[in-house]
Amino acid sequence: MALPNKPKGEIAAVVDPQVVEHDVDVLIVGGGMAACGTAFEIKKGAPADMKIVLVDKAALERSGAVAQGLSAINTYIGSNPIESYVKMVRNDLMGVIREDLVYDCGRHVDESVKLFEEWGLPVWKKDADGETLDGAKPAPTLREGGTPVRTGKWQIMINGESYKCIVAEPAKTALGADNIHERIFIVKLLLDKNKPNQIAGAVGFSTRENAVHIYRCKAAMVACGGAVNIFRPRSTGEGKGRAWYPVWNAGSTYTMCAQVGATLTMMENRFTPARFKDGYGPVGAWFLLFKAKVQNGLGEFYANSDSVKDELEKFMPYGASPVTPTCLRNHLMLNELKAGRGPIYMATDVALNAFLEDRRAKGMDEKEVKKYWKHLESEAWEDFLDMSVGQAGLWAGMDIEPEKTGSEIMPTEPYMLGSHSGCCGIWTSGPEEAWVPDIQNPSRAHKYKWGYNRMTTVDGLFTAGDGVGASGHKFSSGSHAEGRIAAKQMVKFCRDNASFKPELKQTAKELVDEIYAPVRRYAEFVGASTAADVNPNYCKPSGLMMRLMKATDEYGGGVATYYMTSGKLLNICLDLLRLLREDSEKMAAGDLHELLRCWENYHRIWCVEAHIRHIEFRKESRYPGFYYRSDFPTCDDENWKCFVNSTFNPDTLEWKCEKVECVNILATDPWL
Amino acid sequence: MPSYVDPSKCDGCKGGDKTACMYICPNDLMVLEKTEMKAYNQEPDACWECYSCVKICPQGAIFVRGYDDFVPMGGQVHPMRSADSIMWTVKFRNGNLKRFKFPVRTTAEGAANAYVDQKGANLDDECLLLEANLPIPTK
Repeated sequence: MALPNKPKGEIAAVVDPQVVEHDVDVLIVGGGMAACGTAFEIKKGAPADMKIVLVDKAALERSGAVAQGLSAINTYIGSNPIESYVKMVRNDLMGVIREDLVYDCGRHVDESVKLFEEWGLPVWKKDADGETLDGAKPAPTLREGGTPVRTGKWQIMINGESYKCIVAEPAKTALGADNIHERIFIVKLLLDKNKPNQIAGAVGFSTRENAVHIYRCKAAMVACGGAVNIFRPRSTGEGKGRAWYPVWNAGSTYTMCAQVGATLTMMENRFTPARFKDGYGPVGAWFLLFKAKVQNGLGEFYANSDSVKDELEKFMPYGASPVTPTCLRNHLMLNELKAGRGPIYMATDVALNAFLEDRRAKGMDEKEVKKYWKHLESEAWEDFLDMSVGQAGLWAGMDIEPEKTGSEIMPTEPYMLGSHSGCCGIWTSGPEEAWVPDIQNPSRAHKYKWGYNRMTTVDGLFTAGDGVGASGHKFSSGSHAEGRIAAKQMVKFCRDNASFKPELKQTAKELVDEIYAPVRRYAEFVGASTAADVNPNYCKPSGLMMRLMKATDEYGGGVATYYMTSGKLLNICLDLLRLLREDSEKMAAGDLHELLRCWENYHRIWCVEAHIRHIEFRKESRYPGFYYRSDFPTCDDENWKCFVNSTFNPDTLEWKCEKVECVNILATDPWL
Repeated sequence: MPSYVDPSKCDGCKGGDKTACMYICPNDLMVLEKTEMKAYNQEPDACWECYSCVKICPQGAIFVRGYDDFVPMGGQVHPMRSADSIMWTVKFRNGNLKRFKFPVRTTAEGAANAYVDQKGANLDDECLLLEANLPIPTK
């Protein structure tokens, strides 16, 4: 048997890649829902000669968070007032959101959903008797006034296995297949040499051939999702791939934008969803469609107990909402677990049988009940099969039939994102309209608008979806809508800056040296050991990722401590992250797949550092259930009902964290 | 292992420059071993079990075996996807089988309207394609 000091991947990396340079007007980085929204919309305003290219590290047809499919569209306003949507988001995210951005998303999102349906996405409907029709049955479309099947106030059910394929198709058609560059991983944004604080390009590499791609552009949109595998997951073996959020989201959006000086906001926010244990299957349909409840290990349905009501009163006004904020629901669950009253079960059996009993009580005969059960069972399984097949696999392996036994649910490891029930991200301009607050401050880091909707504090740099901070609850549809918003604004930016000619600060050689550094380190030192992964001169990305996740888990409030941290622990975490950042320059890659993993890790380390810095700066526990500071254990509205924004200065390499005023646009009395 | 390839069925996509599974995997996991002309998953612990490779494989050669750190053996979930629907077979550890069929698309592949020739009216307002009279918040 050969000694194992050989590159593992099938596409070996070489130390001198070819260099490919591209001149474009607008560069779209990312291929998920937001990027597809941008690709679809941008040509509608662009002059015919405007060159627009989308770069995706995967294949557009199945990239991003919706790659696997979804069983619901979580944001569809329908006949609800947009104001109610804003108030729901404001309460769920504990009072600190950019209401302008959320409202703006709310007024565009339904148009995206109507387009999805027109493109071929099957949307469930209610028939005249109130019975559910799947999305292939003939029924009026949403545009024609058809009634979707609501689960909760904001969500509608779909047959969404092919959701992403359907949304990607017109995006590709609109830009033209030649302008979609797949399997190129953009790893750095590039500033202009002459004009301060202006984006001028981006650089990345192909994962299919040894080539570095340098793009010059006048405006760029960066939307590459949130961050996963940044805290030690509950499953650390094979199952660490079964992350709740897509495992390929590496924090690239936040890191790349921060590194060129874009101000970040609410990076202290994180999302630790409570999901079916291990398989991380969705719980939304179980709560909202099947009306299931959670039981503690004693069999108690604890959510309506007096002690829970008392606990929620500690977090007013947020705790008073009929729908308890997501973090506080976790908080209540964690209290049960910490008191030894675990495990927590979703009582799927109770819920499903209640439906059958209800039908029987209404006089349905057993034959009809059986037919109805088939329908109900199919809906229950589709929820997993559309978007989290691994959970169905776990049920199959465990012989679980949801009508017979409940399944355990558990808060997961923390994730960073800006589109779900979380709101970390980049500080952007809102719409240039009179209703958006005009903050008198010379710094964009304090203002709510500076001319181009969804532009970051860097000229020409836009973001959407998980990228835009302080405005959660967009989900898939809102991310698409936000991508469309940014598209039009980028065209406007190019029109207004027509004379701008981008020129990069770095030479092509400098960029290649940086991008391919892990390959060269590998080639230089691989001979120093008989085992490719154990070498005194370099570390491999897989090992460095485990080191990162151990540090954040133990010191940054991961599952190891039930999400508890403190100023002392956070500062230890920052020390460990500094060492990680230094050692990340010693990562080595023998093949192109490993080079991809090196750069993803680099992005992870940076974005977690921003997260830890923000938690350290904010001297309170804003999101109990997502994280706690033992030294400031309460939610302190008097001092901290504000944004925390941070800016990295690419010239001095210093971080600056600051409090930023949070203005309510909608009335606060009544709060909801 | 997450996804795995049955060597008796995989034909390496007949020596094309990229296999279907390599083309589609969102996490760059599927690769082609060129001497045997068989694909494999190069990093099983980074597999999301998204089934993109399983659904696209023209030979039906790719399957999923549940994560070995929490899924008991013997079960399997396998799809057959067509242009308008998907049929799932769920095999339980105890041998029970369930089948479910769901629609996936109501239009023909390639038929999604990209509104290629349509232009927006005014670059200086906030209206997107097909939109007019955008509301503003009332208190």
